[in-house]
Amino acid sequence: MKRSRDTLVAAGASVGLFVVWELAVRLFKIPPFVLPAPSQAIESLLPVWGVVMGHAWQTLWTTLAGFGIAVATGVLLGAAVGTSRPLNLALYPILVGFNSVPKAALVPVLVLWFGIGTVPAILTAFLISFFPIVVNVATGLAAVPPELREVLRVLGSSRLEAFTRVSIPFSLPYFFASLKVAITLAFVGAVISEIAASQKGIGYMMTSASSQFNVPLVFGGLLLIALMGIALYALFAILERRLVGWAYRSQNV
Amino acid sequence: MSFIELSNVSLRYDNGYLAVEGVNLSIAQGEFVALVGPSGCGKSTLLRVISGLRPPSTGSATVHGQVVRGPVASIGMAFQNPTLMPWRTVLQNILLPLEVCAQHKRQYRQNPKPYIEAARELMASVGLSGFENAQVWELSGGMQQRASLCRALIHQPEILLLDEPFSALDAFTREELWQAMQVLYMSRKPTVILVTHDLREAVYLSDTIYTMSTRPGKIAYSRKVEFPRPRPLELTYSDDFAHIVRELREQIGGMRTPISGLKGVGA
Repeated sequence: MKRSRDTLVAAGASVGLFVVWELAVRLFKIPPFVLPAPSQAIESLLPVWGVVMGHAWQTLWTTLAGFGIAVATGVLLGAAVGTSRPLNLALYPILVGFNSVPKAALVPVLVLWFGIGTVPAILTAFLISFFPIVVNVATGLAAVPPELREVLRVLGSSRLEAFTRVSIPFSLPYFFASLKVAITLAFVGAVISEIAASQKGIGYMMTSASSQFNVPLVFGGLLLIALMGIALYALFAILERRLVGWAYRSQNV
Repeated sequence: MSFIELSNVSLRYDNGYLAVEGVNLSIAQGEFVALVGPSGCGKSTLLRVISGLRPPSTGSATVHGQVVRGPVASIGMAFQNPTLMPWRTVLQNILLPLEVCAQHKRQYRQNPKPYIEAARELMASVGLSGFENAQVWELSGGMQQRASLCRALIHQPEILLLDEPFSALDAFTREELWQAMQVLYMSRKPTVILVTHDLREAVYLSDTIYTMSTRPGKIAYSRKVEFPRPRPLELTYSDDFAHIVRELREQIGGMRTPISGLKGVGA
């Protein structure tokens, strides 16, 4: 009952936004090459649907590939930084410095190394999205209350037993929170790289549409990216509820 | 030789602070001992030495004639906080020690049924029946502490170390838990060391009470309590009981200043 009302609020707000956008464009007679109405953006996608889907698929899978590498790297680095003080001291400054570099500035370097196309897109998605995972996994592991570990130590447990029974479950909510951030960042990374140096993907489609002044198609591309981002975010939000619902009990009471 | 023996135990922390000094203590098997004293007198530190969580700086602790050099087999411990894992149900929390405790883990993995049965019985004896599959946060503080006691006992430890397990509870719940504790003690007869600063609690539950002085912690006084078990709660209102509490209170000090001599009272 409460749940369906929540969904209604969420969906209603999005629909409302589009209605306001549509009305504003029509009311103020904004020309489509400045700001197309959402209906025009969607309309522009339809005649080239097959091609658009190809580009969307390219963006989706490069994003997911980069995200996958980011999860693996992020968990390993986060575990290293979160459990070992020397590694924490050694790696954190490097990681922070690296994360401060604008990833768009790295794309030309990646293109130099790997050529135009898919590989730089995957790598950019990876580079932009792994940092929040590292930070959250490290924070989660470092935040394990010592008393909880003590419960097991008193029983003569091995370090591994204590790690799997206390540290991992305790830091899982932190990990899932970071996944939701990372997946949307991964889209940003992939699209940046496609815009700069690719002949495939929604990013490329948007640049070529833009060079032909096909502004509605540019916005159509933006809408598609947003849609894919929401879908994957929702997927991870559902997984989070399923797997670490215990951490969010106050919202269910 | 006694079951648990502390000889000349001192413990100095890394920052140079001497927590306990020259503690000698012998505890018989099945004895219920209370360590009482003001905050910061090193009561909890002594528990950590006995449990093997911390080695003493000088002196030694022996259990069963064996010098303690690391976490001792067959110890159950309950803390001031219930320290239950919120990602496990109450029953899963209680069964946790069986997953890691060397004597039980293989047998538990092969055939968990009798252990689950034992956990249910344990839960029933402290009034937790029906909460097996409840989530931790659905339990009140007192119920969580009951579950924590069950967890400390599920692997049938010979020694039960209680580090102020009742001190965070309200007065009524605390008295209920004293009774639950007494039931558990009488049915299993473990050797219990209870750290507390509640004198009534110490007198109600234990056979022997040691008071500790502060900074550095030393054993200052010991007192036997001879009331037969089961001890009814009304006992705590009797004159004999009050007499012992008063005697201990005077030993710990702080009663030397008469009330009329206090300044700034009544603010």
